[in-house]
Amino acid sequence: MTQTHHLALHDVSIALDGALLVALDARIGPGEVLTVMGPSGSGKSTLLAYLAGFLDEAFAASGQVILDGVAIQGLPAERRGIGLLFQDPLLFPHLSVADNLRFGLPRHRRDKRARVEAALAHLGLADFGDRDPATLSGGQKARVALMRLLLSEPRAVLLDEPFSKLDTQLRQEMRDWVFEHLREAGLPSLLVTHDHQDAEAAGGRLIELSV
Amino acid sequence: MILRLVPPLIVLLLAGPILAGLLMALLPAFGYLPALGGDSLSLAPWRQLFDQPGIWRSMAVSFASGLATTAVSLAIVLLFLAAASGSRLDRWIRRLVSPLLSLPHAAAAFGLAFLIAPSGLLLRLVSPGLTGWERPPDLLIVQDPWGLSLMAGLILKEVPFLLLMSLAALPQLDPQRRLAMARSLGYRPTLAWFKVVAPALYPLIRLPVYAVIAYASSVVDVALILGPTLPPVLSVSILQWFNDPDLDRRFLASAGAILQLGLTASALLTWWGLERLGAWLMRGWIARGGRRRGEVPLRLAGRGLILLTTLTAFVGLASLALNSVAAFWRFPEAWPQGLTLQHWLRVLPQLADPLASTALIALGATLLALVLVLAALENEQRIGHRPSRALWLLYLPLIVPQIAFLFGLVVVMEYLGTRPHHGLVIFGHLLFVLPYVYLSLAEAYRRLDPRWSQLARTLGASPGSLFWRVRLPLLLAPILTASAVGLAVSIGQYLPTQLLGAGRITTVTTEAVALAAGGNRRIIGVWALVQASLPLVGFTLAVGLPRLLWSHRRGMRDTL
Repeated sequence: MTQTHHLALHDVSIALDGALLVALDARIGPGEVLTVMGPSGSGKSTLLAYLAGFLDEAFAASGQVILDGVAIQGLPAERRGIGLLFQDPLLFPHLSVADNLRFGLPRHRRDKRARVEAALAHLGLADFGDRDPATLSGGQKARVALMRLLLSEPRAVLLDEPFSKLDTQLRQEMRDWVFEHLREAGLPSLLVTHDHQDAEAAGGRLIELSV
Repeated sequence: MILRLVPPLIVLLLAGPILAGLLMALLPAFGYLPALGGDSLSLAPWRQLFDQPGIWRSMAVSFASGLATTAVSLAIVLLFLAAASGSRLDRWIRRLVSPLLSLPHAAAAFGLAFLIAPSGLLLRLVSPGLTGWERPPDLLIVQDPWGLSLMAGLILKEVPFLLLMSLAALPQLDPQRRLAMARSLGYRPTLAWFKVVAPALYPLIRLPVYAVIAYASSVVDVALILGPTLPPVLSVSILQWFNDPDLDRRFLASAGAILQLGLTASALLTWWGLERLGAWLMRGWIARGGRRRGEVPLRLAGRGLILLTTLTAFVGLASLALNSVAAFWRFPEAWPQGLTLQHWLRVLPQLADPLASTALIALGATLLALVLVLAALENEQRIGHRPSRALWLLYLPLIVPQIAFLFGLVVVMEYLGTRPHHGLVIFGHLLFVLPYVYLSLAEAYRRLDPRWSQLARTLGASPGSLFWRVRLPLLLAPILTASAVGLAVSIGQYLPTQLLGAGRITTVTTEAVALAAGGNRRIIGVWALVQASLPLVGFTLAVGLPRLLWSHRRGMRDTL
């Protein structure tokens, strides 16, 4: 899994009705985390929506997003190779834990069952495959969510305040766990947060947006 | 992309037949129908129409029925919402709304007829004790010349319809906060509801209200059961002229159809005027700032009236059931002398064909509607904005009187040489099933948390796989409910089956309505009960299936 990916934002700027919301120029290397901070209304979520491919038509964006040398800003979300981690784990409620993990696997992978089982074992949830995701604890859900994302073999990851809804103790634990896995997978990551401790744990550069 | 073609297709599918049908009623109404020898324009059909005995009375009853039914139904619904929100009665009624809504109009009408007829259950209960009657009185209660029983029968069905529409619209108004605010200013709860919630709610249910006016002023099946006979309401007269073996009467029927269109339009216009007046009166009433006066009578009316309509519908159903198994039953005895399955056994062999037709047509129309509606809604998600405004045309089949365009459509079909078959009837039902399926599914589809689809796509799922693997299962419960609504709408249809099937395709509903003239209560009881129970099967499945499927998925139970 340790490949090296590079994400670069070349003069990205997003405007709404002619007013500039966000302007950013940055390079994120393999395993690096770039943290973007700012108060609400500073355009953090707009930036994420733009990078992931969900920007509303009302916004006007310019610049280039280069992932491993390819400009991806024109591609549909599912073909960008960018994974997204939300505030909530968002495990599909109609699927079992194993099927949630399997949902992440690319279609062409042959050994799906083995990969899912290995992932479950890695999480310490070996016997949990058939379980209803609603029965997992908060920390287990968060781990399954990240594992599902990693199984989808993204080449870069966006994190949308992924720890803000966890309680204090779990939050510290999950921070270390998540960043360790992202580093190990060699993924360039962009973290959006308003918590300084998130930024410290991420250990990378920090950009502050203003309103 | 083929999905993009779906919204225009839906518009074409709904508006096309209606416009074609209206046109083919309009031309013969002015004497032009070459197939029947009418090749020049004339006003003869109109002269003939206004020479019909009792035509003015027909029109008056149709017009009054449209307005009175709507006014009373709306008043009952608003009073109930104002008086009972949060109470035990509220929860109880909410649970009964869906089954009541699924009850076909004809079955409800028969139930009411069995209840209030001179030899019906009500008079049996008070005779001879209170009335002294030993034999049924010679009163024209059912099919009264003023159309009062017709209106009562319609109200039984329109109250649950308007109630469900209101309940669907209310959450976006946040009524609890509005009420709390008004009550903190000293307004009593029922008055507060009328002053701060009702004015915001009405615009949201305006279209359903208009649909009720259009329906009540032009209904055929309920009018055949409960409506006056000499003369009947306008819509029934039109049907009689259309079915007359003397084909020249087609011209008369066409003029009648256009008259019906005008009559419904003027009922809508009158209502619109009343709306203005009501709004003006409301403004004055709100501005005066009364906080207490009238609270108690309003509250009593709100609770009493809804109880009355709900109980009437259910006792009517019970009365159907009792009649269907009653052996000899002498007036004024309140209970038959014995119970028997004889009537059921007699009807059973004749049930198979109409049942199969009903199921085939209902399933066909609902499946088609579901595919189209899902495609339209999915298209809306993919292009990422609200549908084109042309989709208001969805309401067209609910606002334009059925009788006004359906037989123009029959003329078109005859002209094209299409023989009546199930496909044609399915298509006719689709016109009415599609809007209801769309209306009952659209909100749920749009409200689904957008993060599910964002998540699925960042995990690499294609739009197709997103639809099949995420949206469809997550929305299974509302999709099944919408299907049940579609089935219920189709099962209850009378006129499209009758006209497009040219009387050769019989469903449970056409059979039941056809029996109305005969007056054999035992047999009617059986048929009406069968008709009433069919939609219930759909709703039971719609409620039960997701619970069964998701019994091991706690997260899905919150969506039920």
